[in-house]
Amino acid sequence: MNRRPIFVPAMMTLGFLFLYVPILLLIVYSFNESRLVTVWGGFSTKWYGELFRNEQVLDAAWLSFKIAAMNATGATILGTLAGLALARFGRFRGRPLLTGMATAPLVMPEVITGLSLLLLFVAMEQVFGWPAGRGITTITIAHITFSMAYVTVVVQSRLATLDESLEEAAMDLGARPAKVFFLITMPIIFPAIAAGWLLAFTLSWDDLVITNFVAGPGSSTLPLVIFSKVRLGVSPDINALASILVLIVAIGIFTAGFYMQRQQKRRDQDVQRAIAANE
Amino acid sequence: MSRSRSGAARSSPFLLAELMAWIRAHGPWRWASQGLRRRGYSGRTFVTGVPFLWLLFFFLVPFLIVLKISVSQMQMAMPPYEPFVTWTSAQVMELKVNFANYAFLWEDALYRNAYLNSILTAAVSTVLCLLIGYPMAYGIARSRPSWRNLLLLLVMLPFWTSFLLRVYAWIGILKNNGVINNFLMWLGVIDEPIVMLQTNFAVYIGIVYSYLPFMVLPLYTAIEKLDQSLLEAASDLGCRPAKVFIRVTIPLTKNGIIAGCMLVFIPAVGEFVIPALLGGPDSLMIGRVLWEEFFNNRDWPIASAVAIAMLLLLVIPIMILQRFQGQQLGAHR
Repeated sequence: MNRRPIFVPAMMTLGFLFLYVPILLLIVYSFNESRLVTVWGGFSTKWYGELFRNEQVLDAAWLSFKIAAMNATGATILGTLAGLALARFGRFRGRPLLTGMATAPLVMPEVITGLSLLLLFVAMEQVFGWPAGRGITTITIAHITFSMAYVTVVVQSRLATLDESLEEAAMDLGARPAKVFFLITMPIIFPAIAAGWLLAFTLSWDDLVITNFVAGPGSSTLPLVIFSKVRLGVSPDINALASILVLIVAIGIFTAGFYMQRQQKRRDQDVQRAIAANE
Repeated sequence: MSRSRSGAARSSPFLLAELMAWIRAHGPWRWASQGLRRRGYSGRTFVTGVPFLWLLFFFLVPFLIVLKISVSQMQMAMPPYEPFVTWTSAQVMELKVNFANYAFLWEDALYRNAYLNSILTAAVSTVLCLLIGYPMAYGIARSRPSWRNLLLLLVMLPFWTSFLLRVYAWIGILKNNGVINNFLMWLGVIDEPIVMLQTNFAVYIGIVYSYLPFMVLPLYTAIEKLDQSLLEAASDLGCRPAKVFIRVTIPLTKNGIIAGCMLVFIPAVGEFVIPALLGGPDSLMIGRVLWEEFFNNRDWPIASAVAIAMLLLLVIPIMILQRFQGQQLGAHR
């Protein structure tokens, strides 16, 4: 094993460069004076100003935000229920089907999901008269359907590593299942549920393909607006927008990571203190 | 200090539980729940039933509709397909099944090429992802524990930022007057820009770049579990590093490799955004064909037939993935 110490770190460095150089370039060129995105024409923040004056982009961002928040809440509720059922109920009727349906959307090509949901909405409109036309409601339903799978996996894998004895103890002491869930299980797996919510939010905020199938006129979300602009070629205000989004996500992720690490440290300290007190 | 914090954290679930207890003890809820319980329904039914019904209705049933429309005929109306079942007279039901759409897909070279090209593109990208992702995952799993979380976070971070914008970033890098060509021309290595955008090469880069985190994470999980002493035993017994890697490390991380490859391959086959933005007119992929049939030609039956054919292609990879995911999740039982 004397060759690997050079090979692995080198590949790791290259891998991370591959992941981050494009994003860095995107940010650097958002401060470019020139309209030709990749030809440097001096430092300028004018594209940010232009972005904040662009009504279409701002409206689309607000619409995307609303849909993403609704979707994340719905997907978290449904995904947590499904994760709970799969992790805790052992074998039950319909379990294989639920497992399949809960994880297939993770990898299902988006064009298929989008097409099938649109055809469902059209058929429903013909038969029930609802949903009349397509817009926020249909987009939210479609997003919940594909993003709840991610919440299910996150919650299920967290529950799988969680010791069941605490829940059993509460049950033995006479707590009913719902009470056990809200008092014991939910507080413990709360970080996983929060991560699931954020994941569902991001997926919805970012989705282009499924949204394009189930969106109606007048419900242009941010990705739809970006895509129609990008198809015409690179444009510096998209770089500015991308930089802002990357910055928000980076701050969010690092805050969450830092917070979780601190929680972990505190928990370890608490455990040590408890051991010391018992001795 | 820690006591007061946990007290505050406990109060909200307590309130919820109290509220639920109150609701349960009073009024119609109680009769309803007792009635349901007498018929054999319980909270469990609710927990399983709600997501089950949602997925049944919004995930499974739509596939049946796609299947149905794929065997109907196109017509100039809204919706643009002929009804499957028509009542020709009072009691005569006419069932129309039309496999012409599938025959059309089979005979037309355009669709066949799109299929083969999608499989090829997805396979090449998956292999490239594995070749880049494995050393990365290995390095992360073998780095100091204090570094590990940060490195994993750095792998995940691009996944949380917009997919569309990350693909967009590559347009600026690969195009004829883009970053790479400008740099090489400035160095004097080339005089003419190399055409990279709108080629298969750009599509590979786009897929590898977008799906790399999906490859690294399952690999990391598998490599982290790897027992180091087995590798040491193999080299103590005189096995050379390359052989240890092939004979011990790879077989033991097989589950991670398969899961990672499926997680990249399956969505890559149906990818639309990457070939549409980075690929040329000749890098046809099924996702793009479906999109164009649907939005440009408005031929819903053909688009549905394309979707069903793509699904048939992906059934086996999806089943493999579910088996390995199930093994990973069920390992503790």
